[in-house]
Amino acid sequence: MSLVRFLNVVKAYPRGGVALNHVSFQIKKGELCFLTGPSGAGKSTVLKLMYMEERPTEGDVWISGVSAKEARSREVSMLRRKLGVVFQDFRLLEDRTAEANVAFALEVTGAPRDVIMPKVARVLTQVGLASKGTAYPRELSGGEQQRVAIARALVNDPFVLVADEPTGNLDDRATRSIFQLLRDVNAAGTAIVMATHDLDLVRRTDARTIELNHGRVVYDSAETPVPVAEQP
Amino acid sequence: MTAFREAVATFRRAPLLSVLGIVTIAFSLFAFGLFGLVATNIRDALQSVEEHVEIRAFIADGTPVEAASSAMGDIGAFPEVAKVQYVSSDQALQRARQELGEFSDVFEAGVLPASIDIRLRPGFRDPKTVAAVANRLKSYDFIDDVRYGQEWVEKLYRIRNIASLIGIGLGLAFAAVAIIIIGSTIRIMVLARAKEISIMRLVGATNGFIRLPFLLEGAIQGILGGLVALALTWGTNTAISRTFIRTAFLDSRLATFGVLGGAVLGLLGSAFAVSRHLRRV
Repeated sequence: MSLVRFLNVVKAYPRGGVALNHVSFQIKKGELCFLTGPSGAGKSTVLKLMYMEERPTEGDVWISGVSAKEARSREVSMLRRKLGVVFQDFRLLEDRTAEANVAFALEVTGAPRDVIMPKVARVLTQVGLASKGTAYPRELSGGEQQRVAIARALVNDPFVLVADEPTGNLDDRATRSIFQLLRDVNAAGTAIVMATHDLDLVRRTDARTIELNHGRVVYDSAETPVPVAEQP
Repeated sequence: MTAFREAVATFRRAPLLSVLGIVTIAFSLFAFGLFGLVATNIRDALQSVEEHVEIRAFIADGTPVEAASSAMGDIGAFPEVAKVQYVSSDQALQRARQELGEFSDVFEAGVLPASIDIRLRPGFRDPKTVAAVANRLKSYDFIDDVRYGQEWVEKLYRIRNIASLIGIGLGLAFAAVAIIIIGSTIRIMVLARAKEISIMRLVGATNGFIRLPFLLEGAIQGILGGLVALALTWGTNTAISRTFIRTAFLDSRLATFGVLGGAVLGLLGSAFAVSRHLRRV
């Protein structure tokens, strides 16, 4: 069974027109997949459908077997605990320390406090911020803030990490290190779906790439043979 | 427990906003409390006037005392009657002199009939009941005449009705204003935490989990606001009593109702604001 499955998905907004037009693809367990394409191509919509902030207008999306068309509010909450999300703008709570921001994701699941603290410490170490747990977001660099956000996304041991332009606000050095961190996370078995328009980043890997344009999949490296022009 | 900790943590994290909420609830309920104070005192004043509603049945000259006293026993058993009193001719004269003060000499040589004075129970002092009792009294042979100040009773009753109508109308208006103001304040507080709510949803918090701390916080703010309003009302009442006229304070039932009302307003306001927000995002 595939982890993520889009089948003939159409997403239309009442005032924004059609964002996705008959999009179909699947993502397997542990896979690393880039979503590329120009602004407005529908990358963020694909991700929103994955964490079910949006529901498809037509077709259906299954995440770990849960259908977006049928999932009730509670099922969506349970699904999100197994699906980490990372954004370009980090979305950290400014009035809480790095530790508290990460712990927050466990607190809302009702995890007991004696379980939370060791887990938070472990995941902050994993993202290289073991010494900055007590710092507030404003005291951290952009790259460090994104690491906190990644730690928060990882603390519930998700099966897939969804990242929407996670390096969009970062300089080259920070971009490279965040990218390396995500690759390490993927190597440890977590599937990653990452929207980006940083093509340099994508070219440096042999990971799967899905390109969107005007709401359609125009290229999927898993299904389409390598274009003639790029063949040796 | 987590929800309670969260609710307390919110007070600590955003004390200004929390105080704003408490102050808004306090002042809305204070306006309501002042209204309650006015209503209570008007009601008390009307009640004390109503207690003077009295039926006087004048006894014919030469009626034996036994006949009058056996009739008094009957009259005392009427369900509407609170008190029956025999006033002899001499007592009537004395009372009239007292009431007339400086004109008391007018009655120097006069004669007044003896009477049976009847006070009615609360709830039976309306013009209809008073007239019915008066008519029943007239059926006794030895009773010459029955007086109860018909016009006065009718006027008093009308004033009482108008006062209660205005009271209910103003009370509803004050309650509506309080609900709107408190609702808007809580809505601001929810919007101020929109980012936190969106992150909570993102990491898998259920709607119930998100709602609970807000509800607790709303209830706590409501109770605190209610207590502050009660203190303000009490202070105002004390100040008025000391400087102008003695006024009665809200009875304990009304005061408890006010504070609990604050809690309910806080709770409902929060529930409404959070649910609306959760439906929209």
